[in-house]
Amino acid sequence: MPSPFDLVCVSIAAFLLISLVPALLARHQSFLVNFTSLLSAGASLLAATGGFLSVLTGGAEAMVLPIGLPDLPFYMRLDPLSGFFVTIVGLLGFFVSIYSAGYLRGFLGRRSVAPIIVFCNVFMAGMLLVLVAADAYFFMVSWELMAVSSFFLVFFEDELVENRRAAFIYILIAHIGAILILLSFGIMAGSATGFESFSAYTFEAMRSATPTPLWTSIAFAAAFIGFAAKAGVIPLHVWLPEAHPAAPSNVSALMSGVMLKTAVYGILRVGFDLAGEPELWWGGVVLVFGLVSAVLGILYALMQDDIKRLLAYSSVENIGITLIAVGLSMIFAFEKMNTLSALALAAALYHMLNHAVFKGLLFMGAGAVLHATHERSMERLGGLIHKMKWTAPLFLVGCLAASGLPPFNGFVSEWLIFQSFLLTPALPGRLLNVLIPLGAAALALAAALSARGFVKVFGITFLGHWRGRKGAEAVEVNRPMRAAMVMAALSCLALGIFPTHVIGWLDSVPMSLVGGGIGMTARSSGWLWLTPVAAERASYSAPLVFIFVAVVTGVIYLAFRARRARVRRAPFWDCGFEKMTPRMQYTATSMSMPTRRIFGFVFIIRESVKAVAHQASPLFPEKYVYRLKVRDRVWNWCYKPVADASFSLARSVGRLQRGRIQVYLLYSFVTLVLLLVFA
Amino acid sequence: MTMQYYPVLIEALQVVIVLLGAPVLVGWVRMVKCWTQGRRSAGLLQPLRDISKLLVKDTVLARNASWVFTATPYIVFGATLMAGAIIPVVSADLPMAATADIIALVAIFAVARFFTALAGLDTGTAFGGMGTSREMMVSSLAEPAVLMSVFTVSLVSHSTSLSYMVHEMTTVSLVLRPSLAFALLAFILIAIAETGRIPVDNPSTHLELTMIHEAMVLEYSGRHLALMEWASMMKLFLFSALGISLFLPWGIAGIDDPAMIPWALLALTGKLALLGVLLVLVETGLSKMRIFRVAEFLGMAFLLATLGMLSYFILE
Repeated sequence: MPSPFDLVCVSIAAFLLISLVPALLARHQSFLVNFTSLLSAGASLLAATGGFLSVLTGGAEAMVLPIGLPDLPFYMRLDPLSGFFVTIVGLLGFFVSIYSAGYLRGFLGRRSVAPIIVFCNVFMAGMLLVLVAADAYFFMVSWELMAVSSFFLVFFEDELVENRRAAFIYILIAHIGAILILLSFGIMAGSATGFESFSAYTFEAMRSATPTPLWTSIAFAAAFIGFAAKAGVIPLHVWLPEAHPAAPSNVSALMSGVMLKTAVYGILRVGFDLAGEPELWWGGVVLVFGLVSAVLGILYALMQDDIKRLLAYSSVENIGITLIAVGLSMIFAFEKMNTLSALALAAALYHMLNHAVFKGLLFMGAGAVLHATHERSMERLGGLIHKMKWTAPLFLVGCLAASGLPPFNGFVSEWLIFQSFLLTPALPGRLLNVLIPLGAAALALAAALSARGFVKVFGITFLGHWRGRKGAEAVEVNRPMRAAMVMAALSCLALGIFPTHVIGWLDSVPMSLVGGGIGMTARSSGWLWLTPVAAERASYSAPLVFIFVAVVTGVIYLAFRARRARVRRAPFWDCGFEKMTPRMQYTATSMSMPTRRIFGFVFIIRESVKAVAHQASPLFPEKYVYRLKVRDRVWNWCYKPVADASFSLARSVGRLQRGRIQVYLLYSFVTLVLLLVFA
Repeated sequence: MTMQYYPVLIEALQVVIVLLGAPVLVGWVRMVKCWTQGRRSAGLLQPLRDISKLLVKDTVLARNASWVFTATPYIVFGATLMAGAIIPVVSADLPMAATADIIALVAIFAVARFFTALAGLDTGTAFGGMGTSREMMVSSLAEPAVLMSVFTVSLVSHSTSLSYMVHEMTTVSLVLRPSLAFALLAFILIAIAETGRIPVDNPSTHLELTMIHEAMVLEYSGRHLALMEWASMMKLFLFSALGISLFLPWGIAGIDDPAMIPWALLALTGKLALLGVLLVLVETGLSKMRIFRVAEFLGMAFLLATLGMLSYFILE
């Protein structure tokens, strides 16, 4: 029986080997697509199994690879925290591999799919390596592998200038984050040896080191900002809504579903494991950033009319919600309330698993719509429910899950986070007592706004009439894409209906990180009822809610079908207005108008209406031209000052360059003299 | 042996009360409104007669209506009935209350609203989209406020499970806790918004440009319309019952006390009758707000509810 660690190592090796296959089979593109998708699916399944078993058994395994620099070999370790994230990577990788088999067929004949296959498999290998790396050097190598391979994936359709710009912003912010992470590891490794040598670069050494609180806090702050840049936390989120739409949809599903989770893994690893005991202000900072990202993320999402940009901003919101739970867990851990900390941490982990599955499903559905209609903007879609009979219900499942509605999985994790908030009166401390209710209010606002966003996405894209100019020739997508979406939708349902089993499974992760677990209490009334703390306190029975609603709905439906009353089809009523055209329907911009009125102060909005008059007389307008531009304030507040400052600094330094060789020789002479004097 | 069946009987009684009591409550509200406006009312049972009339009529569907449109009335009715099965109305000893707590209750109402909103967009009419857009605006501001309001109550009663909350609230005095006073005020404002009454939405308007909820169900007919109307009546009943159970629960039968149920029924009838009169006074006295004023109205409710929670943390 191979151990979980062996399974994960085999899976990593498999991904790296699969990335070499396109070099051999580049001529036979169609066979290449099917063959590598099948192999990737197998490798993902291996990784998922390894991760699942690792969390189930709760143990840790380690290994040392002799490659790397001399005296600095690679250390690898699989413990329950890594195993949990490996499961997420493997599960979504499995769905996306099967989806790719169908999706990449759309590129055959137009361009070579070899780059996508190579970099996708390197990307998966990179993510798995990040999760099992147990020393700073290996971690940074894997992190760069992950970032660079995803850069090439975003860059895939590079003939469009917005894709090139998106890839540039992505790699820029990823590297800013990587520098901060490296600094953080440097501080933790250095303070273990008094900043004398490099020998404490393994995680094991960092764990057992006890640096001063000042250095620990600086290390955590640097790591948090660095990982937050990769996770898409406001204000470092600007690459997300550019990069996710630019990438092909299967890559967007992977990036949004699992790459953001590796950044949260980093925060958990540094915050709970490497940097010692969490301080109070760490939890507060994480909570505040999470709240800001959750509310602002969903507000930006509500304004979009491009499906993939909307989903990308929704990912920002969900990462914010995860960080809220992580922040609460850190606060509880500081106060040594281990069970409550475990509750909040379990809620965060569950939310990440849920988000991976439902966001993957949503991006796969958006890719299906794009594949069928070649249209990404909701303003030119509509009525697809009649033509795409499989994609529509599956996308609806994704929308219901993302809005946090029972019986799907999004509701369970949000419920657990609300329960953590309601247990906070047990905390001492006055400032937190003000922050916590505001936090709960902001979370409730974000959750309610997300339902609005997803009604808009599903309603405008699939319902109503076709809003485009030319005819609607959408057809249903091919079988691998449908199969992958069906599996993801069933996982959403299963994760929503069997929460006690999921919490029982992942309980070893909070146990290893904070020393408390909720698995026992969650199951204390039987597997049907989820009672995280006590049955009198709160209980939720997902299977019973699902069965009750299904039974009532079914009984009434059958009772009515048995009657004789007929169903006739006729033109729609619309209160007797006869001359309805498809252009008179509500569009995405119309649905976002209340947001512009109420929350408009959050954005920079430029709206203009111009009447083009008839040539005979200016009193009779022939048509109206409406322009709307909504921009993110973060660009003007955070990025423009930095860009302006760096450009002006570069200009002033550039004055040193005179263009005459005598001046440069003079500079060298002066530098030499100074070095000789002061060295 | 009959003692074991009591919870099941109480649950069945609860469902019957919700199903039949909702149209009667709406009939009572319409009767009192007619009295205040000097008109002759159609009687207490007229909504029941309307529903049974609609059930036997033919259903006319738009040509491009999809399965979302036809499935929505059943899902909305099922979800609202589920909500009806978990809110304690006559007895705090409700077995189904363990399956879904107050947060799940808000989410179940949200499921019904999600599908109604989709049905509004489904036929591709302009009025349906307008109704959906407005309803989602109102609900996205009302839902956080209702969550904050019930969180305050659950903090006071140390539980989110409805039957335990009601049981605890029978021992707590409303006046001595400022957090509960704030929460009650916020809840009243939210209930008006969620059930679609004046000053947020006029349930008996004929002008499409003033509709919020009615615009989404404009295309329904026959048994579908019967189910949607019934669900909307049940929502009014359930919000009233929720407010009464959480803030004014005296008279409700306690846990293991089934003999109190006839008195609880009497108390419920009295409280709902009084609530109906107050609702009519509000509806007749105030006029409907402009649609974007609703955002300020709900913002005030949100603020009151958050203040309630803050005052719990700071003062108690």
